[in-house]
Amino acid sequence: MSVIDSPQIIAREVETPPGLFRRLIRQRQAKVGIGLAAAVVLLALLGPLLLPWATGYTSTEFAGRPFQPDGMLGTDNLGRDVLSRFLGGGLRLLMYAALATLLGMALGVLVGMTAAYRGGRVDGIIMRSNDVLLALPQLVFALLAITVLGPQGWVLVTVIGITHAPRIARVTRSATVNVITEDFIRAAEMYAVPKWKILVQDVLPNITGPLMVELGLRMTYSIGAVASLSFLGLGMQPPTADWGLMINENRIALVVQPWGVLLPVLAIAVLTVGTNLITDSLARAAANSNTGASK
Amino acid sequence: MSSPVREDTMTTTPVLSVEGLKVATASGEEILHGVSFELRPGKILALVGESGSGKTTAGLACLGHFRQGLVHTAGSVQLAGAGQAGNLLDLPESQRRKLRGGAISYVPQDPALSLNPAMRIGDQILEVLQIQGYGSSDADRRARTAEVLAEVGLKNDPAYQRRYPHQLSGGQQQRVGIAMAFACRPAVMVLDEPTTGLDVTTQALVLQTIAQLADRHRVAGLYITHDLAVVAKVADDVAVMLSGEVVEQGPTDQVLYRPQHDYTRKLLAAVPDLAGRRQIGRVTAITGAQAVVPDPAGRPSPEVPEGREGRNLLEVADLQLAYGSNQVLAGISFSLRQGESMMLLGESGSGKTTLSRCIAGLNDDYSGRVCLDSEELAAGTRARTTEQRRRVQYVFQSPFSSLNPRRTICESVEVPLLMTGRMGRKERRRRVREALDQVRLGESYLDRRPRDLSGGERQRAAIARALVNAPSLLVCDEVTSALDVSVQASIIDLLRSLQHESGMSMLFVTHNIALARHISQRMAVLQSGRIVELGSTDEVLDNARHSYTRELLANVPAL
Repeated sequence: MSVIDSPQIIAREVETPPGLFRRLIRQRQAKVGIGLAAAVVLLALLGPLLLPWATGYTSTEFAGRPFQPDGMLGTDNLGRDVLSRFLGGGLRLLMYAALATLLGMALGVLVGMTAAYRGGRVDGIIMRSNDVLLALPQLVFALLAITVLGPQGWVLVTVIGITHAPRIARVTRSATVNVITEDFIRAAEMYAVPKWKILVQDVLPNITGPLMVELGLRMTYSIGAVASLSFLGLGMQPPTADWGLMINENRIALVVQPWGVLLPVLAIAVLTVGTNLITDSLARAAANSNTGASK
Repeated sequence: MSSPVREDTMTTTPVLSVEGLKVATASGEEILHGVSFELRPGKILALVGESGSGKTTAGLACLGHFRQGLVHTAGSVQLAGAGQAGNLLDLPESQRRKLRGGAISYVPQDPALSLNPAMRIGDQILEVLQIQGYGSSDADRRARTAEVLAEVGLKNDPAYQRRYPHQLSGGQQQRVGIAMAFACRPAVMVLDEPTTGLDVTTQALVLQTIAQLADRHRVAGLYITHDLAVVAKVADDVAVMLSGEVVEQGPTDQVLYRPQHDYTRKLLAAVPDLAGRRQIGRVTAITGAQAVVPDPAGRPSPEVPEGREGRNLLEVADLQLAYGSNQVLAGISFSLRQGESMMLLGESGSGKTTLSRCIAGLNDDYSGRVCLDSEELAAGTRARTTEQRRRVQYVFQSPFSSLNPRRTICESVEVPLLMTGRMGRKERRRRVREALDQVRLGESYLDRRPRDLSGGERQRAAIARALVNAPSLLVCDEVTSALDVSVQASIIDLLRSLQHESGMSMLFVTHNIALARHISQRMAVLQSGRIVELGSTDEVLDNARHSYTRELLANVPAL
C-alpha cells in the first residue's frame, strides 16, 4: 500500500468494482447523453418507415409548389415536403459515419497494436508514417480524394476512415504499451502463443476502455465530417435527401423557409452533443473504478 | 503552527491516543470496528496485520486523513501537547493540514515514489520547514535541514544537499523521507512499511535510524508492517490487527513470545527463520539433521529411479549478458540435479531475475550455454522445441500481473496445454482441474476471473499454470515477495510438497535469505552478476566464506 490515496486499494478491500458499463450508466451525464443520441438515432432509423404515416407522402422527392405552407413544415425551393426530407435524410448520414468510424477503428487498432507490440524499427516506421498522415488536414485530404475519385458513398467512408486511423493508432499504441509490460503477456510469449493470438486474446480485451472512448470521439467527428462534406457538395448528391445537403440547399431561403435548415442543424447538434456526453462519461468510467459510487 | 512540539517531558502519558475508531466505506461497510491504541513518547508501537486488515487506514486516521471513499463514523484521535487537547478528527481540514508534517508526520512505503524526482533533496526538506513556518529565518531553516540530515545518519554538506533523489540509493532515499518527516520535530511519526522494498542490509540501517530517533528525540512512532521479524527488532509495543480489529496488544516480548490470540500464533508460525527451528506449513525445515525431505505423513519418499538421482538436470555454463557497459551477468556457471531444489539469493540489481529469465527462455540476449539433460537449449522460448518448453516452467513474481484479468482461470491455466499438444476441450479442462487440485484450489475456481481471487490464490493459479504440463524444472522468481507472511508460508509449503510429490527440480529465486532452510537443499548467492557463494544450504549458512554472505546473514532480523 504505497500510494495513500489510491482508490483501487479501497475498492479491493470493499468489493469488486462494477463493470465499465455499469459505471458508465451510473453517471447522470451519461444518461442525458444516451437519451439525446438515442432520440436522434431512432428518428433517423425509423424516419423512412414513418414517412407515409407522418406526412402522407411516400417519396422525399415529391414536387409540389415551392415555399408553400403545405404539410406540417412547408415545402422547400423545389416544392418538396421539408418534413419528409428531414425524416428520410438521417439514415444515410448515420450509416456512413458509423462505417467510416468502424473502418478507422479497425485500421488504427491493427496498426497501433502492431507498432507497440513489435517495437523497434517497425514501431518507428509505422508511427513516423502516421505522423505524416497526421500532418495533412482531415478535410483537405477528403476534398482531394473526392475530387479525384468522385463523390460516391464508398469513397466518402474510406476517406473519412483513413483520416481517422492515425489518431486511433496513436491512442491504441499508448494503451498497448502499458499492457505489454505486464507479466501475463510475457507468460504467453513463454508458451510460444502465436503473436496474433496474443494481440487478440491478451492485449485487445485489456485496452477496450480507451478504445471505447476513442470510438465515441471518432463517431462524433465522422458525423461532422460526413455532414460537412455533403454541405460542401462533395458527399451525398442531390436529389438524395440528406441532412448535410438539406442545410446547403435551404440556406438560400433561410428567411422564407427556416425549417429546412433548422431541423437538420438541430438533429446533428443534438446527436454530436449526445455522443460527446457519452464519450466523456465513458472516459471517466474507464479512468476511475470509483466513478458514480460516491454521488 | 509556529512553535515545534516540545518532546523532552519524561512523562509516559500518551502523546496520541486512538479511541474506538470506526471507519466505514461510503456504501456503509465498516472497515475498522473500534480500534484503540496509544502512542507514548520515545516508544514505537508496531501495527501488525495482513493486507486488507485496515492497518494503513488506522495509521492514516492518526493524521486525520481518510482515503477517498472512506468516512469516519465513530471514535476519536486525541493528540496531546499540540496546543489543544481536543479530538483531532473534530478539527476542520485546514487545521489538520497544519498539524501534518508539523506535530505529526508520515513516512510512506516507497521512497522512490514519494520524493519529487526533479527537486534537490535539501530543497525538499527545506520546503517542509517553510510550509510549517519552522524557525524565524531562512538561515534557521537551512541549519535545521543540515541538522536533520545528520540526525538520520546522512551526510549534510551542501554538495550532498544538492543531490537529486535518483543519485541516492534506496536506503538513503528512505532516510531522506524520514528526515523530511522529522524535520519539524514532530511528536508522532507514522511509518507505513518503510523498509518493505529494501534489502536486509539497508533495512537494518533504516531500522537503526528509526530506533535512534525514538530514543534520542522522544518521538512516538507508529510502525505499520507485516514483518514480525522487523517488529521484534524495532518495536516496544505491538498491536495485532485482523480484519479491522485489534485482536492482541501488549509489550513486544509478551506478544511475540507468549502470544494469547490464535491469529497471533498463526502469524508467528508463518515467519520463516534462518535457523530452521520452526516449520512453516506442514513440511519441516531443511537442517543438517534432515538434509533429505522428510515426509510428515509417512508416505513413501518420491520415486526417483535409481541412477537418475545424481544426474544433472540443468547445467548453466559461463552465462554472460551485458546491456552496453552494464554487465548484468558476468559468467554464471552452476548445475542443478534431478529432484533438487536450489535457492538463488541476491539483492535487487544482482541479476537474479535476469538469470532466471535466461534459463526460462524469456531473455535471449545472453551468451553462454544452458543445457537441460545435457541438451543445449536455444536462447528464447520460440526457438526451443515444444518438449523443451514443456519441461522448463517459470512462475512470475507478481500474481497481480501474471494472469490476464479478462480471462478465466481455466482459460489462463490451459494455455500451456493448448500450445504443446492437440487435446480436446474436455481433456484440457480435466487436466486444468487436476493442476488446480494440486495447488489446493477447488473446481469452483475454474470459471472465476483473477479479480475475484486474493493474492495467494492468484499465485496458486499461476503455479497451476506452470504445473499443468508436468515440468521437470520449475523456476520460481520471487514468488512470495508480493504476498503476506502467512500466505508466503502456505505457498512455500505448497512448493515443497509439490516438489516432493513430483520429483521435479526447482530453482527458487529470492532476496529473502530467511527462507533458505524452508525451501532449498543448495543455495547460490549472487552479487552484481557473479555467484559469490555456492554450496549446500547448511554449508553456506553455517560457514559463509564470502564477506557479502556474512554481511547478509548478520543483518537478517530474527524473532
